[in-house]
Amino acid sequence: MSLLSTLARLEAVRAQRAQPLATVRHRHLSERPMVLVPLAAAGESGAPLAVLLGTDRESPRLHFVPQPLNRTQRSEFLAAVAREVVPYLASFGDEVELLEGSEKDPVSGEKVPVVRELCADAPQLIVPNAGGVSHLALLGRSTRFRRTVEDPDPGEYPSPTEVPLLGRWLTHLTDRAQVPGSSMLLAMTGLLSRHWATGQSNLEDQHLAARLAWHLPPAGFEPPGTGAAAAEWVESARDGDGLLLHPPAGPATDPKFDERVLAPAILRHDAAVAVRERAEAARDAAEVRRAAGLVEQAHAELARVLLSVTLPTWHDVWHGLDLLRALPAAGHLPDRWEGDRWSFTMHRDRVAAGEPPQPRRDDAVTAARKLAQREREQARLEIQEALDDPLAMAERRLAGEAFAGEVVEVVPEWSAGRSPKPRPLLVVRTDDRPHADPGREVHRAHAEPAQRAEVVSAAPGEVVVRLLSGMGRRKDPEPGSVPEPGTAVVFTLFELAPRQSAPLPEPADTPWTHGGPPVAVEDVPVGADEWE
Amino acid sequence: MTDPEGAFPDPALAPGEAADRAVAGILDAVVRPVPGAPRGVVVDSPPGAGKSTLVVRAARELVDAGERLMIVAQTNSQVDDLVDRLASKAPGMSIGRLHASDSRPAPEALRHANVTAKDKVADLLEQDVVISTAAKWQWVKTEQPWRQAIVDEAYQMRSDALLAVARLFERALFVGDPGQLDPFTVVGTDQWAGLSYDPSSSAVVTLLAHNPAIRPHRLPVSWRLPASAAPLVSDAFYPYTPFRAGTGPDDRVLRPGLRGDGSAVDAAIDEAAAGGWALLELPARHTVRTDTQAVAAVAATVRRLLDRELTAHSEQGSTPLTAGRVAVGTAHRDQAAAVRAELARLGVPVDPAAGEAVTVDTANRLQGREYDVTVVLHPLSGRPDATAFHLETGRLCVLASRHRHACIVVARAGIAELLDDHPATDPVQLGVAVKFPDGWEANHAVLSHLAEHRVRL
Repeated sequence: MSLLSTLARLEAVRAQRAQPLATVRHRHLSERPMVLVPLAAAGESGAPLAVLLGTDRESPRLHFVPQPLNRTQRSEFLAAVAREVVPYLASFGDEVELLEGSEKDPVSGEKVPVVRELCADAPQLIVPNAGGVSHLALLGRSTRFRRTVEDPDPGEYPSPTEVPLLGRWLTHLTDRAQVPGSSMLLAMTGLLSRHWATGQSNLEDQHLAARLAWHLPPAGFEPPGTGAAAAEWVESARDGDGLLLHPPAGPATDPKFDERVLAPAILRHDAAVAVRERAEAARDAAEVRRAAGLVEQAHAELARVLLSVTLPTWHDVWHGLDLLRALPAAGHLPDRWEGDRWSFTMHRDRVAAGEPPQPRRDDAVTAARKLAQREREQARLEIQEALDDPLAMAERRLAGEAFAGEVVEVVPEWSAGRSPKPRPLLVVRTDDRPHADPGREVHRAHAEPAQRAEVVSAAPGEVVVRLLSGMGRRKDPEPGSVPEPGTAVVFTLFELAPRQSAPLPEPADTPWTHGGPPVAVEDVPVGADEWE
Repeated sequence: MTDPEGAFPDPALAPGEAADRAVAGILDAVVRPVPGAPRGVVVDSPPGAGKSTLVVRAARELVDAGERLMIVAQTNSQVDDLVDRLASKAPGMSIGRLHASDSRPAPEALRHANVTAKDKVADLLEQDVVISTAAKWQWVKTEQPWRQAIVDEAYQMRSDALLAVARLFERALFVGDPGQLDPFTVVGTDQWAGLSYDPSSSAVVTLLAHNPAIRPHRLPVSWRLPASAAPLVSDAFYPYTPFRAGTGPDDRVLRPGLRGDGSAVDAAIDEAAAGGWALLELPARHTVRTDTQAVAAVAATVRRLLDRELTAHSEQGSTPLTAGRVAVGTAHRDQAAAVRAELARLGVPVDPAAGEAVTVDTANRLQGREYDVTVVLHPLSGRPDATAFHLETGRLCVLASRHRHACIVVARAGIAELLDDHPATDPVQLGVAVKFPDGWEANHAVLSHLAEHRVRL
């Protein structure tokens, strides 16, 4: 934790209110996000119980598994979810930009012009917390290999055709969510933590409602207020039946709710189904009708209780979006969102081309490539956030990695040699204390084109740097390229563009140190797991 | 599996002889491999066990046998060190220093007539040996791979870096210290945990997982660590691969020229001179990372070390303890910067460009370095919590194993209690070998030993 964020936390404690950690919004927010509040069933890892989802804040739709252990019902649930999510995702695939580029022809080695499609926008899923992201990842893993009736060998339990497609998309989105700065799948708690500090621990901040209680007075809390008392109330206040007044954001549910409300409702539904099945076996039409009524009633009751534990979180997520939308967007967001659009476009193309689902495990080369991409994006994110946001830059300045100040003197000097180049000295008055030893290369923030300089001397209150580039090709610097006395400048000790990642071999050229090229593993027939 | 080579050296053997046998075995495996031998040779080396000497000898023998050789090290300063050493020991060998286009090698590396520095590998293909960092080698394209490579500090190399450079050689000698800091990344890698080729793990771990026929060799004797330190470092950090000191308790003597002034700092210096260790303990307190009082205590200790005209007597002769033979180790860069500033205020030279100076750096950068006396700011001093970073075994191991004579640890009281309050909570991942000792255990082992050398400030 940096000094500034520690300070913000302390101030949040004093004010009993969340304090800003950013002056701009550092993540892209879609105009048409899809919010999902997933719940998992206790007892089996990754077993879905319900999801409340939608793109319209006023009309969320609930899908649930009436008997979470029943695989057929789970499959129907996943199909229903897929029928909501996949069309939403696909709706972004139609409008495209055409970009002209060139590609090396694999045969002739010559550059040939190509036109590539880039989707004009990309989808955005928002879940309440990091647990929600992991839950979607588990769902993706468990569904992307399912066989459907369209497979040559559909197996004993073919799943609806949308299910494996949903699994592939969820896998793609959750994998992309690992890339720093990406915004196609975001957790609301993470978004809020990036932009505001609360007066509680990071662990407590994982509870969406408790976190929001530092921003907005929770509904029902008397007297209305924010801060630690409100957060504690949201976390722990229970009604006369021992149920939490504000249910947790999931995917895990409150055990008391499971015990007192959910389990009885599931039992009643099971019983009603059993009655109907007996009646159907006995071919008793009147009893079948009565039982159908019972099932419907039990189903409606389940829907009611599940809605009651997801709806408060649904509203919390939208409240969080309101807070974030009130912040102005950071300057580099379109740049990073373009990366998400490429990621979306490329997966869309892979699906359309009929490529198989993502493998169970990455091979050595793919894993290394992904790691390199994440590290590159992490570096890019840190640079762009510092450039976009004076508060983010302030953290770097406090850490001695940058300094801001005013140019008080410019000494024109030139390099030696036959064609001298401008090498002016800038005397910068600053209160910052950069770890800048003489000779250290620094970079001028917000300079266009990029400008490098070298530290000549650094004393408390004053740093002298020599500009080395970005002044044109002539003997005298281009007008405006050297800051005048009185100009405010920021120099960073870190580079302002992420380094390129080193090339890696093709998977087929995996060396002996890493086990050689991956061999196609004989896949276990998918869907061969125990059913019900 | 049979016992790894040299794992259980005969204790009756003199240290020199035990080390010679281990080295001879390694050189045989590298220079004269039997047909069908695995393509890699791995050497585990505890701190100061002659790893660099081994690399130089292996390079010379390979070149004498007519091989062209490439050497991979991890940082530019490691490469420059190695070039300097190799060029001095083997003046007849032509050495190419491959460097990045935007950086210059250190002057020590370039002062030799047999060293050529270029930023393009094509200009160096005629050289007997070409040395560069793993990061630079990854960009090298060549039609003509090397037959033989040496990978230095291989435990600090990441698996993905090896993946990118392994195409450049057929056989390789991997040398490194398994007890030092593991490679790291700042992004999430959980999804690959447990895979043999997890790109964020160490290159040696991946290599051994895929080449089970490779049996690591071991160097059994530390020539750097004194008899007062080798048993502690061996027990705390290498419990299953013990090593011993190459020198006896009387071979290394550190003697102050001036008597102490009665201060706690001087008492700590006397304690360290007598027993090889000292713990200069400040009162318990939670502090920011750059704890002003602890930083001041570190700086005062260094100042007094230089003022008291200590002499270091060892098997290499007697030398006065000067600034260049002293190092300060910290966990974080801002701590190092704070110590440097405080030392400068006390008039202690810290800028190597201006002459002989005290080295002040983080554990990461002190890896592979050697000094007579080290002053260490304990990674857990003043902290309210014990995170995985601060508990990492390798960090403490590096800091506690850089010295030839004595190590003075500066810390706030209460670290043992802090450790007890923060048991390791990292999730256990399937397929990931549990690293033992963990930082918790190693920290306790070192602390309980240091407690016997405590001086309260």
